[in-house]
Amino acid sequence: MKKFKFPMRYVPISATILVFFVVYLIGIISFDNFGSPRVFLDLFTDNAYLGIAAIGTALVILTGGIDLSVGSIIAFTSILIAKMVSSGCNAMIAISLALAIGILFGMLQGWLIHCFSLPPFLVTLAGMFFIRGCGFIVSEESIGIKNDPVFSFIQNDLTIRLGKGLNLRFIVMLYLAVLLVAIFFSHRTRAGRSIYAIGDNELAATLMGIPVGRTKIMTYTIAGFCSALAGVVYAIYLKAGNPLNCVGLEMDAIAAVVIGGTLLTGGVGYVFGSLFGVLVLGLIQTLIIFDGRINSWWTRIIVGLLVLVFIFMQNLITKISKSKSKSH
Amino acid sequence: MNKFATVIMAAAAATLLVTGCSKNDDSSEEQISGTGIKVGFSQVGAESDWRKASTESIKEAAKLKNINLTFSDAQQKQENQIKAIRNFISKGVEVISFSPVVATGFEDVLKEAKEAEIPVVLFDRAVDVSEPGLYVSFIGSDFVEEGRRAGRWVVANVGETANVAELVGTVGSAPAIDRKKGFEEIIANHPGIKIIKSQSGDFTRAKGKEVMESFLKSPEADQINVLFAHNDDMALGAIQAIEEAGKKPGKDIIIISIDGVKTMFEAIFEGKANCTVECNPLIGPQLFDVIEKLHAGEKVPARIPSQEGVYDSVGGINVGTDAEPVTTKKITQEIVDSRKY
Repeated sequence: MKKFKFPMRYVPISATILVFFVVYLIGIISFDNFGSPRVFLDLFTDNAYLGIAAIGTALVILTGGIDLSVGSIIAFTSILIAKMVSSGCNAMIAISLALAIGILFGMLQGWLIHCFSLPPFLVTLAGMFFIRGCGFIVSEESIGIKNDPVFSFIQNDLTIRLGKGLNLRFIVMLYLAVLLVAIFFSHRTRAGRSIYAIGDNELAATLMGIPVGRTKIMTYTIAGFCSALAGVVYAIYLKAGNPLNCVGLEMDAIAAVVIGGTLLTGGVGYVFGSLFGVLVLGLIQTLIIFDGRINSWWTRIIVGLLVLVFIFMQNLITKISKSKSKSH
Repeated sequence: MNKFATVIMAAAAATLLVTGCSKNDDSSEEQISGTGIKVGFSQVGAESDWRKASTESIKEAAKLKNINLTFSDAQQKQENQIKAIRNFISKGVEVISFSPVVATGFEDVLKEAKEAEIPVVLFDRAVDVSEPGLYVSFIGSDFVEEGRRAGRWVVANVGETANVAELVGTVGSAPAIDRKKGFEEIIANHPGIKIIKSQSGDFTRAKGKEVMESFLKSPEADQINVLFAHNDDMALGAIQAIEEAGKKPGKDIIIISIDGVKTMFEAIFEGKANCTVECNPLIGPQLFDVIEKLHAGEKVPARIPSQEGVYDSVGGINVGTDAEPVTTKKITQEIVDSRKY
């Protein structure tokens, strides 16, 4: 009988999916109503913006880079949209401008990283401060979006009502659509494959004739776009903008990507994994809120432990893979 | 290979199970849930002594009234608070109450609560929504009036000329906006009183100190003779900064703030500060009275003010209006000792 071999590269993502179901099961056993479809749907509604941000972060991490500007871009784009719409500007124009700024900002970061061989950590750190500050220039106070036809349309007509209290919102559908496109892009296109090649070994990728510079700049551009889109989703989600929101969200996105089975050194992982990473983060938070007795900061402690477990697991897998390729 | 994968997965699952279980053990120690009305409460965070006192008051009152309380700390993040409220709805609580982190962005989630027929009682801070009926009642202080009282105290004690440095609360939060508004409303009638410096200290002691330090290094530093802080914590941070700059807080710079926490009372008693306008955090009992009434199907007023006084180093000054006088109480050792928070 042929022995079934579980491919090494599927171990982290399988572990993530397992963790998701284990946490879900703990919730269902511990609390009434935890298993209701509403909780499951809310998980997507409340984390759609984080999910979209995590897609960009996943791609950047796959190249072996990092993007710290995510949370600040979300805050900036959401306050920009809120400010423009509340001063009478057409919402579609405001959203388009926000997305364009995200794309240009990402491109600029990618260009700086590639052309001057600067560390992505520092370039995007600078970007994080810069764009957070810009958000406060737009407005120091939170601004609500009221009675805007476009936002009302998205809210009322683009929501599928599945039942009482069960609303499949536009932002959830948008997230899943972007996720599908990103999965296809990363595995089935030349540019997507190049991202993996660069993350695996940049020198080898260069020697193979892969356009390293172009691919890197493209990846940061996509990340900028994802952050800006997450900002748009955030503005739709809250119908408001606030320059103070989403401080440190990039860390949640990175955690989601790591828990989703992507190696921080690049080259290994799946964009798909970020979905489960985000869901696991959301689920842990839901569990703690449902309990309602213990300190909410336990969310952070558990997420911290989980990230650590996944890093160790990936480290082990890398070591085993290396020793295996040596023995061949 | 297969074996390895199993081990890893088992390890990951075990870690979670362990954390999950130990979590449940912890909660039995701090049993705050009774068998009565199911209430979900989302608190802003634990950013100041005031907030901690308010949390304590809510938990204690819930225990006394046998409320089944689901308590969640938003850690000062709106995104956490919205998730908490959504989960309260899913969990099936009977009444939701929360202190909003900011005024905007709660409309959708409040509509969901309304759809699920769960009444919402706001506590301490109001929200900005475009349609009425999204919440039943708002219990809390009148922040504008607090700002006015601070302004009237300055007019009564400092006189017609003063250069005020202002430590603003968290940008965009209702207390920061309203306290500023109330204070400015009063000094608008007194052209000699000017705010020459104004910056946010985010309601925290550390930021209050940092911002005061920057005020004291600015070219206008020597002109500042009054400090108006939007809460006691920032004022306490500023006192440290003033002392470190070699000036005498409470004398060289008159300090007035809002909240009335014990450490501020001590500072006033020691002469390092001058006045604090009370903003009572101990309204847990009042909150659950309202919730019980709601649950019994009774009508409750849409706006319920909390009972509050003003404390200073002088005493007997009217900081209310002529129609509704509010006189300040001079701080004594007794008052300091009786303060719980």
